[in-house]
Amino acid sequence: MEHIRTPKVENVSLIDRASARKPCVGTLYLTATHSIFVEHDAERHRETWVLHSLVSAVEKLPATPAGCSLLLRCKNFQVIQFVIPQERDCQDVHALLTRLSRPERYTELYCFAFNPNLDAEAREESWNFIDLKAEFVRMGLPNSLWQMSTANREYRVCDTYPGELYVPKSATLPVVLGSARFRSRGRLPVLTYYHRDNSAAICRSSQPLSGFSARCLEDEQMLQAISSSNPGSSFMYVVDTRPKLNAMANRAAGKGYESEDNYANIKFHFLSIENIHVMRSSQQKMLEVCEQKSPSMAEFLWGLESSGWLKHIKGILDAGVFIAKAVAEEGASVLVHCSDGWDRTAQACSVASVLLDPYYRTLKGLMVLIERDWVSFGHKFSHRYSHVDGDPREVSPVMDQFLECVWQLSLQFPCAFEYNERFLLHLHDQVYSCQYGNFLGNCQKDRVDLRLREKTHSVWWNLWKTRADYTNPLYRPDHSQTQGVLRPTTAPYCFKFWRAMYCRSDPGRQRPPPSMTDVLTAVREESQQLEAELSAQQEKIANLSKILARKAGPMMKTADERGVASGSPRRTQPCLRGESESPLKRSDPDLSASSDQESGVTDLSCLSPSSGEESTKDPDSDEAAYSTA
Amino acid sequence: MEFAELIKTPRVDGVVLHRPFMPTVEGTLCLTGHHLILSSRQDSIEELWLLHSNIDSIEKRFVGSLGTIVVKCKDLRVIQLDIPGMEECLNIASSIEALSTLDSITLMYPFFYRPMFEVIEDGWNLFLPEEFFKDIESSTDEWRLSNVNKDFSVCPTYPALVIVPKAVDDDTLCKVATFRQGGRFPVLSYYHKKNGMVMMRAGQPLTGTNGRRCKEDEKLINATLRVGKRGYIIDTRTISVAQQAKARGGGFEQEANYPQWRRIHKAIERSNILQESLIKLVEACNDQSQNMDRWLSKLEASNWQTHVKEILTTACLAAQCIDREGASVLVHGTEGSDSTLQVTSLAQIILDPGCRTMRGFQALVEREWLQAGHPFQQRCIQSAFSNSKPRWEAPVFLLFLDCVWQILHQFPCSFQFNEHFLVLLFEHAYASQFGTFLGNSAAERVKLKLPQKTVSLWSWVNRPQEMEHFLNPLYETNSLVIWPSVAPQSLLLWEGVFLRWKRSSKCLDEAYEEMVHIIECNKELQSKVNALRRQLAQLETGDGLLGEP
Repeated sequence: MEHIRTPKVENVSLIDRASARKPCVGTLYLTATHSIFVEHDAERHRETWVLHSLVSAVEKLPATPAGCSLLLRCKNFQVIQFVIPQERDCQDVHALLTRLSRPERYTELYCFAFNPNLDAEAREESWNFIDLKAEFVRMGLPNSLWQMSTANREYRVCDTYPGELYVPKSATLPVVLGSARFRSRGRLPVLTYYHRDNSAAICRSSQPLSGFSARCLEDEQMLQAISSSNPGSSFMYVVDTRPKLNAMANRAAGKGYESEDNYANIKFHFLSIENIHVMRSSQQKMLEVCEQKSPSMAEFLWGLESSGWLKHIKGILDAGVFIAKAVAEEGASVLVHCSDGWDRTAQACSVASVLLDPYYRTLKGLMVLIERDWVSFGHKFSHRYSHVDGDPREVSPVMDQFLECVWQLSLQFPCAFEYNERFLLHLHDQVYSCQYGNFLGNCQKDRVDLRLREKTHSVWWNLWKTRADYTNPLYRPDHSQTQGVLRPTTAPYCFKFWRAMYCRSDPGRQRPPPSMTDVLTAVREESQQLEAELSAQQEKIANLSKILARKAGPMMKTADERGVASGSPRRTQPCLRGESESPLKRSDPDLSASSDQESGVTDLSCLSPSSGEESTKDPDSDEAAYSTA
Repeated sequence: MEFAELIKTPRVDGVVLHRPFMPTVEGTLCLTGHHLILSSRQDSIEELWLLHSNIDSIEKRFVGSLGTIVVKCKDLRVIQLDIPGMEECLNIASSIEALSTLDSITLMYPFFYRPMFEVIEDGWNLFLPEEFFKDIESSTDEWRLSNVNKDFSVCPTYPALVIVPKAVDDDTLCKVATFRQGGRFPVLSYYHKKNGMVMMRAGQPLTGTNGRRCKEDEKLINATLRVGKRGYIIDTRTISVAQQAKARGGGFEQEANYPQWRRIHKAIERSNILQESLIKLVEACNDQSQNMDRWLSKLEASNWQTHVKEILTTACLAAQCIDREGASVLVHGTEGSDSTLQVTSLAQIILDPGCRTMRGFQALVEREWLQAGHPFQQRCIQSAFSNSKPRWEAPVFLLFLDCVWQILHQFPCSFQFNEHFLVLLFEHAYASQFGTFLGNSAAERVKLKLPQKTVSLWSWVNRPQEMEHFLNPLYETNSLVIWPSVAPQSLLLWEGVFLRWKRSSKCLDEAYEEMVHIIECNKELQSKVNALRRQLAQLETGDGLLGEP
């Protein structure tokens, strides 16, 4: 709190950048974690909360008679503009937000302050919700060919890898250690995905330290071991996700790529995904296109093209498709690497996993996948998403691109994904905002050192609890589209601009009409309520008819057998038929429209003396009551 | 029969057919007067039944004695026929060419087509101007139905009955007609019941270079203004195009003569530019390249999306003037039968919930396109694959449908019909067994006796068993004005038309079915719950009454 000299500014205007609408006036509160704007309008009292850690830049615009404008650019691509009447206040707020949005130490981050009212036990449980060991068991590991190695238990072999590594059983400890020495930062080839159907595996690593001619027997043995752990194939693929030119340039620095001459039975391929610097500037260019005030169609399309963004997305998806094809169609194992093996490799492996295994298209599955390929394998979250003030050259939208690939796939396969667009957007927010501890640090070791499990909460459990918000209404686990391997088209025209992600402060419209997903979700929710009401009704009818049957058994028996309620479930049929010819039926033509009737019915069942004890759910009970009467 | 001499080879065996997303089949190719038919040899199932009028162009290639004909259709489908024998192939090719470019309308298939269904509701009588006027009459008495054009002599492209201000008599109309392009004097297009404002359309005023004026014209359009109110004239052309039109006798309303009107110029392109744009877009979609830059630059260079944006923007402007500004609007371009109709019909979709229903949309197409004299015959004679030098063809109606699709996509619950219906209209505008889109004007349709000699598309579409394919399961009545976003980020390529034959729609179709399933389940549950509610109420009262005695 020591930074906050101006905790509150009155008469601030929140500008609606989208339209010429009148700005709303209110009070801006500055807390240790959020900027909160409360609208003065007595009726609405709308609040806008902006997390400091989500702010990527604070800009002061030239002063106008109305006051000073402050522009908040958020990491989730929202742009918020305040007008502050007093220049001095504006300066204060600017300085304060600049400071607060650029924390220097991890401990300043929101996750250390965020307390969702959980006790220690619940917190621990939230961390245990995603269990990677269980994930490997799900894939069928360990088995006769693959084992869990404890070589990296204390992060001694590779400090950016997880403590538990899955390697071929045939790879001895000296081979493991030798291979690690021959790889950038010790990131040796280890398994990340195992395709149970045909025993093919996706392994990942960093580049070999091959230079122009260096060899390493253990590394060659390691690859041989991976290859022979897949009895279904006589060869394996080694995939370098970098453009060939970049990989060749690395040879001068004593790094590089595998030569087919030195490694037995490998097929080597380049996949041409550009590096983090290219991706960063590409996204920047695309965002500039989005920010233009009413661009023409040509300006927009030209800007989109020259940003190269969709080309890069296609490149990543193509890489995933290549790997998935090798695994599913050729039954070959694949080793994937780039330079360090924590950006492009994570993208390519996880896209391939989504294509190969329907599990990763479920809510929990995507959480597991991100935990495995990104969190545990040392994707440098804190550097890439600038959680703490650091080298801007380390920042890059690597995760954004993975999430976008999944989104592009969901356009082609609308029934195959359990999660919806909102889930992907929310994950993006979480990766950047540090409300939870999951994405802090750059590797597992960092997170252990920061004692995040004790000091922060896990986002996964929270997402799981609110999963109803993130469920795709079109998803059905038994749908043919859901099953098996996805084979997307990657023709250029299949790639769309992701409007919901990059135009969060929509330039076109204030309140967009409900999307099809929203409507269908609402319909499904209503259906669920109806189902609940239906079974409650059936119960009530069962009870009531029992009472009726007892009171007026003989009369019911003489009733006609013609049914009325078409489509009503079988179990209620006997009493319905009994009622159908009752003279009372015609007395009220339409009761369904009246809500009073509903409550009336409820009252009756409450008053009914026998309803409590007789509320049995046995479908036969209706008939039993009927016949005993 | 006249066609016999055009069919050089009526039948060839061993022809192999290649189509998008379907297995290759071998069979017998037959040519009839109106169809190209391929029956598979095994079980003599017709694999292909293609209207000659749907064929936009053909290409022939030879490898030895095996000939190949690539057939490019107006619905943008491309199929390939491998025909053994050079002579057969040449004969088939020249026959198709002759049959697909028949000059006489009366030789077209609709004049020979006999429906296999009983016509219950004749589409030809479904949307009469009298009916439309009755609806307007119920809200205002300031307009009248004039039959000044009953023999199509005042304006050859207008229908016999038009709605004009009551204060203006037929003689005045005749004078105004001489001052407007093609005799298209200002007529009522839409009456906004919410505030009594109107939208009119016309041809350009024939002011010429010396600034001719016509008092009757001024009187006519001023008669639609409320006292002290200003109106808007939306000229769909840029000011410079409108200026140039003066040299050819056309022009625009001078401020001095129309002081109560504010003129706004927009930039909707003329038909030959639109045709070029369509050709480029389809070429871009058919490009086999995997290169993203190439795709995006070709998409941009086609300018198709720019046209969509411009037309929608202009329609929004017209709607805004009427609904937000509370002003009446007059829309025209040059002839008043292309861009003018795009604007007036789209503005009605934005403003009038009735136009978003199945019937309402049909009525809109009938009123604002067919009756209003959009020259369908000329515009739709060729599509994107045409080799011939373009004359009058232009995808004006397709652009309108594309714009409707954009709004439908943004407001998925506000339309009673679905995307399939829009695609259907696109197909039938270019090639059809129905007579609806034949001819260029109401006068031509009368002369051709289309209502007597052909079947209306609406007669078929409105049969319940057909209609169900075209109903939007998400539809909920929305009585509001809907304002579409015209930001470039919001406007998408209409894949249902342009990528229809490029990528399989299986997964999207499944999603659609799933959506229908969800809605149907909900409806079923609702009716079950309602039935049980009724039952419970009965049991309740029954219990009470039975307890009494």
